[in-house]
Amino acid sequence: MNEAVMIEVEGLTKTYQVGDVAVHALRGVDLQIQKGEFVAIIGASGSGKSTLFHILGGLTPMSSGTVRINGRDLAGMTNAERTQLRKTTVGFVFQKYNLLPTLSAEDNIRMVQYIADRDTAFDPAFREVLGLLGIADRLKHKPRALSGGQQQRVAIARGIVNSPAILLADEPTGNLDSENSAAVLKLMKDLNKRLGQTILMITHDAEAAAYADRLVKMKDGRIV
Amino acid sequence: MILTLVGVSYGTLDGTAQRAKGVGADILFRPPGSSAIGLSSAPMSDKIPALLMQEPHVTFAMGTMVQPLSGFDSITGLDLDDFKRLNGGFHYLQGGPLVNDDDLIVDEFYAKQKHLKLGDVVSLVNHDWKLSGIYEGGKLARICVKLRVLQTLTGNPGHLSQIYIRVDDPNKAQAVVDALRVKYHGYQIYTMEEFTSLLSINSVGMLKSFIGVVIGVAVIVGFIVVFMAMYTAVLERTREIGILKAVGGSSGLILNILFRETLLLALLGAALGIVLTYGTQWLMKHAVPASLVQETVYGWWPIAAGIAVVGALLGAIVPGVKAVKQDVTEALSYE
Repeated sequence: MNEAVMIEVEGLTKTYQVGDVAVHALRGVDLQIQKGEFVAIIGASGSGKSTLFHILGGLTPMSSGTVRINGRDLAGMTNAERTQLRKTTVGFVFQKYNLLPTLSAEDNIRMVQYIADRDTAFDPAFREVLGLLGIADRLKHKPRALSGGQQQRVAIARGIVNSPAILLADEPTGNLDSENSAAVLKLMKDLNKRLGQTILMITHDAEAAAYADRLVKMKDGRIV
Repeated sequence: MILTLVGVSYGTLDGTAQRAKGVGADILFRPPGSSAIGLSSAPMSDKIPALLMQEPHVTFAMGTMVQPLSGFDSITGLDLDDFKRLNGGFHYLQGGPLVNDDDLIVDEFYAKQKHLKLGDVVSLVNHDWKLSGIYEGGKLARICVKLRVLQTLTGNPGHLSQIYIRVDDPNKAQAVVDALRVKYHGYQIYTMEEFTSLLSINSVGMLKSFIGVVIGVAVIVGFIVVFMAMYTAVLERTREIGILKAVGGSSGLILNILFRETLLLALLGAALGIVLTYGTQWLMKHAVPASLVQETVYGWWPIAAGIAVVGALLGAIVPGVKAVKQDVTEALSYE
């Protein structure tokens, strides 16, 4: 395998059974993402981009095909192995931020360090990233005391604190106004450039997708 | 709730036992077939005390008549001179003894609960009584009137509900009881110690069942309340559990966090429950001191805490296990 390849997808399919009806969400997806790339997957609702996101993140098992993340084959992974993948290899940013409301911003970030059995103290390099994200002075606040943009920046910090091989972002600007959207996308771009963080972003917004190095378009469960 | 109901059950019985002890008699003589806690009739002749006083070692015998009222209350008819001879009589906090036939005396707790003042007219057993005295509680009964008047009013002239006996040497009380049981076969005759020991939840047959049911209901309701509260709380946290799973939390780790959090919450809840029982105790003491007495039953603290912990853990773990087994994407979309 080429060591420069971070994500390698071949012939990926996913079929959901809804009652008696088989829904083919992915119909043979082939995709390669290099280390340090910022890729946007764009497509209309129902195109299969979210299903692809969930499979790449180890949130949902695939039906058939091959998926390798940083050299690890996801096919046939048990639940526990997928949990391990999420703990060590993948970072997430969700549209709805998905911060724990009872924890402060800082504790939301430390929580993933704790889960990964890492030292929960922030090292100087990460403190620099927090400065870059513009949330260094908002860490003691609970999510409800933060704006949507600030919450999403906390979610980004949480997504990268364990230095994952890849950061998966699902509609990261879907709940933000245009000003905050631009700020968040610029930050992601900065993280990609400065830290070499590989990012795969799912979006239906062409303006957001324009921040990526490469666009991958999906339609009806296939890459077009 | 559990501790309050248990406390009231124990407190009510202990209050009755304390008043019985406060009479100062050595032996209690009750009609055949009577239970330890209730007297609903006066079937004994008032000639019996005189007969009992002829028995060896018996120095005095006093009969009373008890008429149940509503709730936990009852009115007692007695001869105050006999009562004074038995134990020195009541200590009056206000007013004085029964003089006229319509006079009524009550203990301080009943007076406080009913907001009674000297001279107030109190209607009991279809009769208007005038409050002539308020005495220190803890002796015999809460409401007392003249024996003869109560006998007449209730259609029991010449009849008694129970007889208090004093002996020359308290150490001989058991021997006197044994002798009386032979002579007065069928009558319920106890030393005062024996009688008061019977006034416990485990000793009173019907009461034991009743209290058992009350405590059982409290335990079940308490368990369900704790279970449902935790069940709902954890169910509402399905999304949070989904977040923890999404960022790499294993099912074991999530359940462990949930377990520890629930345990802490249940123990804090149990501690708060214990503190609140002091609140209900204070409330009963000030609002209904004559009707309800709540004791602090330390032995039930660990039991109540155990019920809270088990209920909370089951309530948390059931939806918790459901949530961690759920697909992460479904858990994340839980609203």
